[in-house]
Amino acid sequence: MSVILEVRKVNKAFGGLVANADVSLDVEEGRIVGLIGPNGSGKTTLFNSIVGYHPVDSGSVRFRGQEISDMRVPQVARLGMLRTFQQTRIYGGMTCVQNMQISTRQANVKPWQVMFNKIPRQDTERAEALLEFVGLHAKRFLRAGDLSFGQQKLLEFAMALMSEPKMLLLDEPTAGINPTLINGLMDRLQRVNRELGVTLLVIEHNMRVIMNLAEYIYCLAHGELLAQGRPEEIRNDQRVIDAYLGEH
Amino acid sequence: MSRTAARLLGYGVLVGVALAAPAVLPDYRTQMSFLWLMIVFALTWDLLGGQMGYNSFGNVFFFGIGMYACAVIQRDAGLGYYTGLFVGAGAGGLLSLALAGVLGSGLLGLRGHYFAIATLGLGIAAGEFASGWDYIGAGSGMVTPLYPGEAGTREGFFYFLMFGLTVATFLVLRWLYSGRFGLAINAIRDDEDKAEAMGMHTTVYKTAAWCTSAFFLGISGAFAGNIIGFIDPRDVAFAGPTFGVWMVLMAILGGKGTLWGPVIGATVFHITQELFWTYLLGWQRVALGLLIVLIVVFFPVGILGYVRERWPELFGHRVDESTPQRGGSTSSAPAKEDA
Repeated sequence: MSVILEVRKVNKAFGGLVANADVSLDVEEGRIVGLIGPNGSGKTTLFNSIVGYHPVDSGSVRFRGQEISDMRVPQVARLGMLRTFQQTRIYGGMTCVQNMQISTRQANVKPWQVMFNKIPRQDTERAEALLEFVGLHAKRFLRAGDLSFGQQKLLEFAMALMSEPKMLLLDEPTAGINPTLINGLMDRLQRVNRELGVTLLVIEHNMRVIMNLAEYIYCLAHGELLAQGRPEEIRNDQRVIDAYLGEH
Repeated sequence: MSRTAARLLGYGVLVGVALAAPAVLPDYRTQMSFLWLMIVFALTWDLLGGQMGYNSFGNVFFFGIGMYACAVIQRDAGLGYYTGLFVGAGAGGLLSLALAGVLGSGLLGLRGHYFAIATLGLGIAAGEFASGWDYIGAGSGMVTPLYPGEAGTREGFFYFLMFGLTVATFLVLRWLYSGRFGLAINAIRDDEDKAEAMGMHTTVYKTAAWCTSAFFLGISGAFAGNIIGFIDPRDVAFAGPTFGVWMVLMAILGGKGTLWGPVIGATVFHITQELFWTYLLGWQRVALGLLIVLIVVFFPVGILGYVRERWPELFGHRVDESTPQRGGSTSSAPAKEDA
């Protein structure tokens, strides 16, 4: 399988604080890859570097063979790589359906059509189908800002799917979600990966979730890549255990 | 009666009242022309401030630009009165649109308070500039040409002109809000970073919104200059402390981010203001100031905003438990809220 995302020796420092030091990782197309590490180990910074939220100090990020480390967020998104946020971000003043309708693939929208574009019927149908997929169909005419945090998280996930991404970067998708719903969400993530062929890179603190979900895991600590391997290798890696239990 | 029929009937009644008004109340024709102007102010301000979340305190800039552009064409182009007026208004609108495009590419990169402050400077700077430029009369202003029709028909002519402009502005905005453009600027208002993360061309949308707003303001300025008859750089054209502030207030009073809110807000505000002038002469500024404070304190979400929070079902925000059919919608989606 081909490598869809290739991160090479990425460095990012905020003043004297080194958030990422020579981080390299590969994500193969069609896989679910996990990214774990203690709080403050640089996971979200790495996500931000990948999607172009801030420039990297050095290193290279390639998406489907194309160098993207010098691109900004909207350009990267239009290539088909989206991220969701740890602090959920949805359009609170709009209904769920409207949130979905505006989240269609933006690469297809030509700037000169901006003013005159009606919402195509198939967009609305797909929006409703995806809302049903995440279990929000009954709430589709409610203002998104009135949903609970967990529901907003599901909506944000559905919005990401609406844009037909090739790859999703999920920042703690299960944080704040009711434990009984977590199984359903994991099942949906796997279905998205299997049926729609979306590659997933997932930051997760819940070990049960990430060990079951991911096929390959990278572990960061203090901004450096500490370990990588399949879930059972990571689970038994003494360095990872030490990092989580505070031996460092 | 179906929703659509009720809506058409409502529009019909409103248009009927508006068409009959100058015949019924001929003494108030100029006042009512100003009412239409206020509605255009509130609608165009709300496009940015309400629907897109960019509080502009400099929209009066485009009003003044349109006013001066039209007056200069009427003075120098040697066209007949009506041709001069309409060519001037068109030129005023297009010049405002072009300036909004140029300024927008710079200013719309600023967010929140920074954008508000930058636009505030725009109106003030333009006023100072205009009062120093001899070509447009500098501090002594410009006088618009005399209306050639019979005495007493001028007010009616401008009433219908302003009414037409208001209807056109309203319909264009309604059309824009009902499509992808409306959703896009709402998304920018709710979370611009998220919109960017979804790959949206936010700058294009923002600039287009400001250009639309500026275009209609430019035309309204061209007409307003001819209604008033005298263009003073600071008190009429770039009248930040009056028109510039009122546009914001009227939109807030009626309900930011709704289609009808600015219309309601402008109507309530204009009538109240006229009553103050009539019955509280000498204290009208104080009363107006008090009204402004009351609006901001007690109606932070505006009249329609309050109604929407109180009765969200009216706006289609409801739980719909119907089970979806395969690949289609069961209930027709509620008409995109029309308020």
